[in-house]
Amino acid sequence: MMRQFLIFLATSTALVMSGCDSSQTAVDKATDKGILIMGNTSEPKGLDPHIVSGVLENNVIRALFEGLVVEHPSKDGVALPGMAEKWYPKDPQKPDEWIFELRKDAQWSDGTPITADDFIFSFRRILTPALASDYSFMLYYIKDAEPYHKSQRTYLLCRDIAPFKDNWDMVKGVDLGPNGEAEPDFNKKGIDHLKIEELIELQKDPSLFEWPENISERIRTLIVDKNLEFSQSDKSLWELINFGASAEGPHTLKVILNSPIPFLPEITKHYTWFPVPRHVLEKYGKEKVWERIPEWTYPENIVSNGAFILNSWKFNEHIEVKRNPKYWDANNVGINGIRYLPISNLYTEDRMYYDGQMHLTYSLAPELIQYSRERYPNEVRNELYLGTYFIRTNVTREPFTDPKVRIAFSKAMDQEALIENVLKGGQKPAGGLVPPFGEYEASNSVGFDPEGARKLLAEAGFPGGEGLPDIEFLTTDKETAKAMAEALQAMWKQNLGANVKIKQMEWTSYITTMFEKKYDLAAGGWIGDYLDPLTFLDMWMKDGGNNRTGWHSPKFEVLLKKAADTGDPQARYRTLEEAETLLLSERPILPLYWYTRNYLIHQDLKGWNPLILDNHPYKFLKLERQQKSKSEK
Amino acid sequence: MIRFIINRLLQGLLVLFALYTITFFLAKAMPGEPFTTEKNISEEAKAYQRALYGLDKSMLEQYLRYPINIVTEGSFAVSTSKGRPVRDIIAQSFPNSLILGLSALGIAICIGVPLGVISAMRKNSWVDWGSMSIAMIGICVPAFTVGPLLQIYIAAHLPGLKVAGWGSPIDIILPALTLGLTTAAYLARLTRGGMLEILSQDFIRTARAKGVPSNKLITRHALRGGLLPAIAFIGPSFAALISGSFIVETIFQVPGMGQHFVNAVIARDEFLLLGVALFFGFLIVIMNLAADILTGILDPRVRLDSNQK
Repeated sequence: MMRQFLIFLATSTALVMSGCDSSQTAVDKATDKGILIMGNTSEPKGLDPHIVSGVLENNVIRALFEGLVVEHPSKDGVALPGMAEKWYPKDPQKPDEWIFELRKDAQWSDGTPITADDFIFSFRRILTPALASDYSFMLYYIKDAEPYHKSQRTYLLCRDIAPFKDNWDMVKGVDLGPNGEAEPDFNKKGIDHLKIEELIELQKDPSLFEWPENISERIRTLIVDKNLEFSQSDKSLWELINFGASAEGPHTLKVILNSPIPFLPEITKHYTWFPVPRHVLEKYGKEKVWERIPEWTYPENIVSNGAFILNSWKFNEHIEVKRNPKYWDANNVGINGIRYLPISNLYTEDRMYYDGQMHLTYSLAPELIQYSRERYPNEVRNELYLGTYFIRTNVTREPFTDPKVRIAFSKAMDQEALIENVLKGGQKPAGGLVPPFGEYEASNSVGFDPEGARKLLAEAGFPGGEGLPDIEFLTTDKETAKAMAEALQAMWKQNLGANVKIKQMEWTSYITTMFEKKYDLAAGGWIGDYLDPLTFLDMWMKDGGNNRTGWHSPKFEVLLKKAADTGDPQARYRTLEEAETLLLSERPILPLYWYTRNYLIHQDLKGWNPLILDNHPYKFLKLERQQKSKSEK
Repeated sequence: MIRFIINRLLQGLLVLFALYTITFFLAKAMPGEPFTTEKNISEEAKAYQRALYGLDKSMLEQYLRYPINIVTEGSFAVSTSKGRPVRDIIAQSFPNSLILGLSALGIAICIGVPLGVISAMRKNSWVDWGSMSIAMIGICVPAFTVGPLLQIYIAAHLPGLKVAGWGSPIDIILPALTLGLTTAAYLARLTRGGMLEILSQDFIRTARAKGVPSNKLITRHALRGGLLPAIAFIGPSFAALISGSFIVETIFQVPGMGQHFVNAVIARDEFLLLGVALFFGFLIVIMNLAADILTGILDPRVRLDSNQK
């Protein structure tokens, strides 16, 4: 037995020595080959731009696919030509109709030309309800996209006929869409979703549906008749809408929006707006293109239009992309490929970086920031990221029904102490909800003010915290979440005399509890989808699915509507600033800090500049060997 | 013998079905659903997704459908969190876990068994205390401590060894060592116990009295019986080793099976969870059976076939 062990030892040592070439690390070799090795936290859920919704999927998809415009490598909010050569609003004063002139030499990686029809097909696909995309709402700006995606059949059928025209509000209160809590059964399904047989039944006996009283018999009959007539025809909802996007020719794409959006090119940078190859999807069946077909994104099948194509995908090991020779700008692509490593353990990732195994980490563990700064002073980056960490208050529960209590809790949080002592990631204390960028003026109305906090709490009827009920603070089960919750708990106790209990829950349970509003205070945050304050503000509308605080304000919504109707970017920003000020004056959420990203970057990698959305366009990157000896190893 | 095996396999099937039932209902009892994300998804989209995965069917139908599909189509359904068939996920990650587990077991046996034998032979000497203390430490120190220590103090200084990653044969060494050390420690203690019991028996004393040399005494007479407790332990622990370890896999970036157990629960991916749980259960059943057969071969006192009684 001992002998076998010795043989094993000898073999492994020999193996180690044979594989050793101490002068070159994996990164050195990769640099020579022009391959970027980067951390990407985890295995993607898929590579279909219309199905996924995560940052790590975005990192790979951005290499494989290209939208109408691409990010500038160093300037936030600047668009460079992508699939479109030129783009402009028809009327610059009122940018609600845009023209994108597509480049004529654009083609898929299999050589098939890309036309405006590919975009129309892709927009329709992501909006098709059966595809069940998480992120379809990113296209709701396009005219009629939302009613189509939400299958608002009644609205589409009736909006142009006499009794409803200009008076659609009259049917408010009717269960048109599904309503899980409604009774009876027909209301639960919603009129929009009733099948032919059900509609016939309803036509015979309208009392099967619980109509609001203000809806007259005539209107009831009209709604049911229209729905039935449509269901019995062979038409699809798609034929019923006046979809805002259309092909004005093979290389001209016209997009009509619901309201003026001066920053539309910014939105089209999002992968939900990317085209997918219809001709490839159709191989799985003409009708199947509207459903989920994961197979088309497998390495042997995928066809894409970006600077890179998928080379190999080893589950949980790596994803590798290589140059796309058919890419329109192939000659200017600076690197030969990218290897993404799905490293979920951030300490492992950082150790792999120190070991010379990768050019770029996804993150840097807070405990290792100091160590890294000492050992690798030029390789540590700390950059502002378009995200805000905040605490939701449940305004439907005592004591947070009172804005004074909410503001008191906000003012009692010592943001800087928390960042300095607990988070240690160089985050910025949040002055408001929207992080600072571009010409939008970030708010500075939030801050630490224990005196003011105590005063407000006393005004609300709880002097020195007396009479305050026990408060539950919901947070996730991560170690950092716990440390942060404990620090805040201590601050609220010390500055307000409040007794806050921490409730840690595992991720899905935490989200579910928050959705159900079974909390007093809940940790939360938001990462911007595109570079505009709206991505942080529109979620606080009454029906905003991500609101979850119970707060709403008609005045706030009027301001957002006003901003939406404003074509002038500057005036629009001012209105949005006003809306944010209003939100903060009522403080349904307590902003804590603005996110930063900490990561390690190898000196061989050139052209990786700070970008607030962190969507780096890979084609501008370059890899050049740095003439420096690595002291490690 | 054959009857014994068939009997045990049928029992195993029952065990697997019980395992399936428990896992299925526990998975259903978890709060939230696979489509819960931080961003709000419309009810319509969720309903479509539920229908896509058959999660809109009645509980009974879902409960029956999964095992029926396994038998009729060999399908373990599609993972809701990874969007690909569970069978493919297991097929891709199990070979890695198998290689790692086998290496870990090799290390465990090569270290644990000799250590146990030597301890037993030199009972109550410093060799015994020393090796048993090391074994105790091996049992007590968890992989999430051993792993990073190996990374920092060995991999980072030894050229050729990587701190983490998977691809070349060398990459197996550190994770296998981390995974194998605990098993080695258990094996050492079990082997020592087994050997001590055997060494105190009459037939050993007789052999010794007849002048059988010490080496031969151990290898020929004592080892066979002394290893029985260790073998009974190796069966199921082998199954555990080759089905992966979440901690070792995440520390060393090994694309194995262990992480699916944890990630499936976090993502409420009941199909992946059922798939890996059943696969693990299957391995346990088979390995237990193998351990029993091996015990029967090594120990003539254990009769596998009841007819021979």
